Amino acid sequence: MANIELHNVRKSYANGVEAIKGVDLQVADKELIVIVGPSGCGKSTLLRMIAGLETVSSGNLMLDGQIINHLEPAERDIAMVFQNYALYPHMSVFNNMAYGLKNRKVPKTEIEQRVIEAAKILELDQLLDRKPSQLSGGQRQRVAMGRAIVRKPKLFLFDEPLSNLDARLRGQMRIEIKQLQRNLATTAVYVTHDQVEAMTLGDRLIVMNQGKAEQIGTPSELYNKPASLFVAGFLGSPTINVLEGSLGKSGFEAESGHKLDRRKFPYSGKASLAIRPEDLHIVPVGQEDFRLRINMIEELGSETLAIGTVENSAQKLTVRLPKKTSLSEGALLSVKLDYKHSHLFDDHGKRLEPEKVEHRQQYSAIA
Amino acid sequence: MPTLAINTPTGSRSGVQVMKLLRLLMQHGILILGVLFLITPIWVALMSSTHTPETLFQSGLQFLPGDYGRETYAELFTISSGQLSTSAAIMLLNSLALGLGFAIGKVIISMLAAYGLVYFRFPLATPLFWIIFSTLLLPLEVRIIPSYKVVADLGLLNSYTGLIVPLIASATGTFFFRQYFRSIPDELLEAARIDNAGPLRFFIDILLPLSRTMIAAIFIIMFVVGWNQYLWPLLMTTDPDYYTVVVGIRQMFQVMSQGGDLPQFNLAFALTILATLPPVLVVVIFQRMFIKGLVESEK
Repeated sequence: MANIELHNVRKSYANGVEAIKGVDLQVADKELIVIVGPSGCGKSTLLRMIAGLETVSSGNLMLDGQIINHLEPAERDIAMVFQNYALYPHMSVFNNMAYGLKNRKVPKTEIEQRVIEAAKILELDQLLDRKPSQLSGGQRQRVAMGRAIVRKPKLFLFDEPLSNLDARLRGQMRIEIKQLQRNLATTAVYVTHDQVEAMTLGDRLIVMNQGKAEQIGTPSELYNKPASLFVAGFLGSPTINVLEGSLGKSGFEAESGHKLDRRKFPYSGKASLAIRPEDLHIVPVGQEDFRLRINMIEELGSETLAIGTVENSAQKLTVRLPKKTSLSEGALLSVKLDYKHSHLFDDHGKRLEPEKVEHRQQYSAIA
Repeated sequence: MPTLAINTPTGSRSGVQVMKLLRLLMQHGILILGVLFLITPIWVALMSSTHTPETLFQSGLQFLPGDYGRETYAELFTISSGQLSTSAAIMLLNSLALGLGFAIGKVIISMLAAYGLVYFRFPLATPLFWIIFSTLLLPLEVRIIPSYKVVADLGLLNSYTGLIVPLIASATGTFFFRQYFRSIPDELLEAARIDNAGPLRFFIDILLPLSRTMIAAIFIIMFVVGWNQYLWPLLMTTDPDYYTVVVGIRQMFQVMSQGGDLPQFNLAFALTILATLPPVLVVVIFQRMFIKGLVESEK
């Protein structure tokens, strides 16, 4: 049983730079929470504060209801997997895993038993006598994980553990980490800048931007209902399309002059409309919202993308095409937006919800 | 150089080979010249030490082995003829004590100093480091009189403590260890902190084993420097029982120039040869470890 809570946690450095500008977070027992964001957003700092490697400037950090702000990292009952593994280069795999236990005066027979048990789980049992320099990247990664799990800590912390691996191994280790965390039923906080990793691994995600948590929620919540333009742009591949424009009484009007979303919003002024490439539909001529001149076709195997420019404007858009398409570069495409899946954001990038009244009116109109 | 052979007309292929041979000869010639330049003085000293003092006095330096070698080297250790006041064994031991004490002391002190400077946050750490670093610019000779005064006032003249301790702080060593420690990734320290290793544990379990090659390097350099110290032991020791080999050689020549006897140049040469042996051995033994450590880099 372990749950952690962050109450308005802040971090500022002596030179006045504020790295973390107040983060609130509750992580439930056995949950895997992923902190994701671009580099420099403070995600690693936040993790290191939980680990105790960075001091907390203000706010409270609680593990199982106890404030742990001032505890040494070793006293917090946490284990951490570092980005570059941080294995002790002069120690064998066995000693690397056993070191933390030795320093905690665990009896020798128990150390041996626990290390061998962990090595079996991670398929390292043949490599216990090797030095880290004799291991491949994936094996080193496993040793780093082994060092964490032999401790049987309350909390696992992962600091971009897969970023030094090649793409194939990364996909494989991602699944293994998830399974391991499920089997061990240990709460975990995982930091990554890779949104695919974040979406697949996390029970919940925190998207961070410039020291603040932009949104906290399940992957599908974040994907389908991004709270800000930043979250919408950060998650999802290919990247979401953003159309600049303004909101008025008659709905959203793009800079290109196209009137797009006619729903009513409790806001008027500059706004952005964001829509994912898969929510742009190709329709017969005449029913379109606008026409798109295709600049480039990207064939990715599983899908084909068309990158084009809205006719008579500089607005660039990405559209997902049917798998088998005869379209080529230079062609004109009639495109319609699926308003159920479009998102509107105000001038500050905050999500706007349409007024409920609008729906009723629509229903009555249909009836 | 296969491309070179292809590009030249077939007729001058032998010409290319001659060029190759010439180049080889030149390269080796330069190397051999360098070796001769370095080895000749040692060779002359070694050969001259195997001749009687009479031969040396009459016909100068010798390039070929003589038949008085055993007597010369025996005399150095037995001092039966009264030409020497201290046996070479004692001088060698004194030099060894100075060399080892100097090297080990410097390694320990500079490692601890660098550990403090790199891993602990305390006020004025950086200015302190630069103060230490700037003492690199000051050779021992600059502070030798005040140092002598301190040692003399403490009553440490003619003692190993007086010989070794005042020299034990090392800016060079501190600098090298500091640079090395800074190259060790911070994550290692953080991993150790999470693994419940305190400052002392981290130093002993992680830093010390990782620094093996650095320790070997500093040890070699410092041992040779310590062994070859001349001015310091000359000032600190008046009792012949504390003479080091280097001081002993100098003392021997002094006796020769003052006494009415025939100068015992063979003894001086023999002692010189003995004086060069231990540093050579240390370098040979430790260099192997040093290079091995460099090759199988574990970082």
